[in-house]
Amino acid sequence: MAATSNSENGNGNGKYKVIGTRPIRHDGLDKVTGRAVYGIDQNLPGMLYGQTLRSPHPHARIRSIDTTKAEALEGVRAVVTADDFSPAGDDEVISLVEGVFRLTHMRSNILAKDKVLYQGHSVAAVAATNIHIAEEALRLIEVDYEILPYVEDVHEAMREDAPLLHDDLTTEDFGEDTGTKSNIASHTQFKIGDLEKGFGESDVIIEHEFKTASVHQGYIESHNATAEWKTDGQLTVWTSTQGAFGVQKQTAGILGIPVSKVKVVPMEIGGGFGGKIPVYLAPQAALLSKKSGRPVKIIMTRADVFKSTGPTPATYVKVKIGADKTGKFLAAEANFAFAAGAFPGSPVWAGAMCVFSCYSFPNALVDGYDVVLNKPRSAAYRAPGATPVILATETIVDEIAEKLGVDPIEIRLLNAAQEGVRRVDGVVYPVIGCRETLEQAKAHEHYRTPLNGPNQGRGIATGFWVNAGLKSSATAHVNEDGTVNLVEGSTDIGGSRASIAMQFAEVLGLPAEAINPSVGDTSSVGYTELTGGSRVTFATGWAAYEAAQEVKRKMMAKAAMYWEAPEEEVRFEDGIFLHATDADKKLSFKELAGHLKDLGGAVVGSGTVDPDYGSGGSFTTCMADVEVDPDTGKVTILRFTMIQDAGTAIHPSYVEGQMQGGSVQGIGWALNEEYFYSEGRMQNASFLDYRIPTCFDVPMVDTVIVEVPHPGHPFGVRGVGEASIAPPPAAIAIAIYNAVGVRLRELPMRPDRVLAACLEKLAASH
Amino acid sequence: MGKKLYINTTINGEAVEFLCEPRQSLLEIFRDHLGMTGTKEGCNDGNCGACNVIIDGVLMNSCLIFAVEAQDRKIVTIEGLASPQGLHPLQQKFLEHASLQCGICTPGFLVAAKALLDQNPDPTEHEVRHWLAGNLCRCTGYDKIVRAVLDAANVAPNTETSLQSSN
Amino acid sequence: MATVWIPPQMQNLTGGREQVSVEGATVREIIESLEVVHSGIRERLCKGDRLKPTIAVFVDSEVSPLGLRQKVSSESEINFLPAMSGG
Repeated sequence: MAATSNSENGNGNGKYKVIGTRPIRHDGLDKVTGRAVYGIDQNLPGMLYGQTLRSPHPHARIRSIDTTKAEALEGVRAVVTADDFSPAGDDEVISLVEGVFRLTHMRSNILAKDKVLYQGHSVAAVAATNIHIAEEALRLIEVDYEILPYVEDVHEAMREDAPLLHDDLTTEDFGEDTGTKSNIASHTQFKIGDLEKGFGESDVIIEHEFKTASVHQGYIESHNATAEWKTDGQLTVWTSTQGAFGVQKQTAGILGIPVSKVKVVPMEIGGGFGGKIPVYLAPQAALLSKKSGRPVKIIMTRADVFKSTGPTPATYVKVKIGADKTGKFLAAEANFAFAAGAFPGSPVWAGAMCVFSCYSFPNALVDGYDVVLNKPRSAAYRAPGATPVILATETIVDEIAEKLGVDPIEIRLLNAAQEGVRRVDGVVYPVIGCRETLEQAKAHEHYRTPLNGPNQGRGIATGFWVNAGLKSSATAHVNEDGTVNLVEGSTDIGGSRASIAMQFAEVLGLPAEAINPSVGDTSSVGYTELTGGSRVTFATGWAAYEAAQEVKRKMMAKAAMYWEAPEEEVRFEDGIFLHATDADKKLSFKELAGHLKDLGGAVVGSGTVDPDYGSGGSFTTCMADVEVDPDTGKVTILRFTMIQDAGTAIHPSYVEGQMQGGSVQGIGWALNEEYFYSEGRMQNASFLDYRIPTCFDVPMVDTVIVEVPHPGHPFGVRGVGEASIAPPPAAIAIAIYNAVGVRLRELPMRPDRVLAACLEKLAASH
Repeated sequence: MGKKLYINTTINGEAVEFLCEPRQSLLEIFRDHLGMTGTKEGCNDGNCGACNVIIDGVLMNSCLIFAVEAQDRKIVTIEGLASPQGLHPLQQKFLEHASLQCGICTPGFLVAAKALLDQNPDPTEHEVRHWLAGNLCRCTGYDKIVRAVLDAANVAPNTETSLQSSN
Repeated sequence: MATVWIPPQMQNLTGGREQVSVEGATVREIIESLEVVHSGIRERLCKGDRLKPTIAVFVDSEVSPLGLRQKVSSESEINFLPAMSGG
């Protein structure tokens, strides 16, 4: 196990030549000069501008939509509603990586059919010669709504007498349909051991309820799509997405056309964090293009991004943990409900997998419910489902440690998940790095440095994310100057071109700069799943590794041809092709590439993978120092350290970047991000009122990269994108308790809540 | 639709003329009419800083400026930071420090940081954080951005580009 | 024989047993064997010739992308879990 702090210089890890170094990313120049072309930057000749009309009501039946006035406005070229969809395949499901969705639900989220289910639900779209005319046209569309009762609280939505959103929704219970109409879309249950026995033997049992508000992924680039649907039936979509093939699958399904008729070109993407997996605009732009005969571009307004796209579910979580006198955990029980929004599909399964995954619990039971209500359909957000449940478990672990007088790191080490431990979902851990992150925390200077003021406190928490594998593809072409063009299928949101190219380069002994990586569209690269699930460096890097192996084999054959020697006499060592017996015969990769024109054609290598995955995951431990203002309740983060097991860090700077970004998103979730609802309507749909952390709100984020290599990956990569968001809210809640003695169990821990808790404590002490 | 107005302005040291409607923002003109998509649109309501430009030496959100207000101004955009001789020190340091992930906020941060260094060549970390608080980044957690700006401040400024905004 | 962990919501089909040992060289054969002993299991897990899209099979603690075609050994542990993903 190795550990690299970002205060160290860490350049190379001794084992590899390229992996572990910090080259300038290949797409960096274009991104610091403004040349990089993002989805919002796409412009085509004759392009029209689209905009979407959205429901002002949380729940209403659409009696009629009259678009005649809008269509008559000068400059308007097309207006579309749900009537423009083909009904083909209405009973089908589409399997995306973040879940499985009914096609009817996906269609009606793009353009509402009979009912609107949330404020912001789209009902019609317009294309015009400029954006201002499109916006004027929206005001001319007349929609006759019959207002229906709505439900916005997850517990109210679960009641039998709650207003039902869907008249065909019944509860699914692991493959079995209960047949009862309900807003509860599904129930997930995991069970291990004997819960009653475990709690019976416990010396201390602590149980609490927790709530978290919906938060938004908050990417800085709004959703966008540009579509051109030509008269030959071929549709091209340019968009900012976490996965071009996912957009292709969704768009084709929603429009009822074959995937071969849809080409998706992934543009540079301005953030995603899970929110750019679902499509919102591509089918609208496509229908508008078909009707107008022109390319159509839609950029969603920022207010609509908040009101209509993927927040996390608001959650209710109840956790109970029992331990013996030494702090050994004996039993755990969790019961939670996630507010999926208007359509089913919140990450209940993930919450259930993550809630107890950091520790060994011999006896445990988890029940989770996916509940629909009148809010936008929720979407994945970095380690979806993990953060709210980790908040609950870690806060209770801290309370048990306090009650027993055990050090908070020691109690975690005593119970830490490790190889051979069976998780509550039944699977058994392989080699993992949970314990190692805790040991690094214990050894860290941060943990030993005393706080130096009143109202200050330190909190520590551990988190987990499962990490995905899934399909990835890459194709490489060797150039005659010894460089290689590498086309891969993962859109690059945080430097993954570099981390993929570096794994390719490592195999061939080439410098990272000799690789020209690019992201292919759906017609130029093999099927590749989304950029998400912490999977890109793991799986697409692996595909690049396989492509490099094929290039290596083919280049060795070319060397044999060049030397007119049998292939088995060629070796490849340290980037040099060698003849087995004739020491004078050696060729660098570059030299051999220069001879390819005389050796019978180009060298192309490709790799596709679909690795097994699922139980290793990535662990994080973080430490937060806070100061609470006793007069206002405002919490200031004084210091923050994030420790994560990366398996192997390919490009340490971008590993640190993931850890720091996840940390600050976790800080925002903990302290000030929240959807405010009143009468079913979001009240803070702007970056002014929905306030993500600014650089003035946070300190530097120290990082420690732990490296416990993944035993299944050629370079030991685990994937680091998500687990860093899981523990910060818990660490901050614990730090607040250690600062001012109050336990907060609802996110965000905004000043009024902290102050109210402090005043309550003060009143109780008198 | 209003009558179009003729505007004459200077962008990155070059005279530029365009026609615009009174309701169009400077950002819209850059992106939809001048083909200058380096300046990004993040919110269109002045809260994210992705569209930052420097107008007569002052940092502005171009989404909040009407295009007609550009008349006779001197504007610096992200496209004007690098010179044919090379990158601005801020751009170089952003690359070296891995200060960008998705990169959509990067042009705004670079322009904002340039405006800071133009008037305060040796800022403290606190001053950098205070100045850049109008620019949102959702990917990086800001650590590597702040380090890059502090590091760039130690490098001799590129006189050619700093002239463009200081006069 | 391979060991199958029965999800708690399906233990009504196995008389409350959480583990069942059955013969089979693939996940498909395992499910066939389970079906012989505990009728109804196949309908819960499969739709047509595939696992239901909401269900994933873990063999020896790793998700198998091959589903019913995944080979298993006599020492294998098999878990059926909700299909998973990330953000």
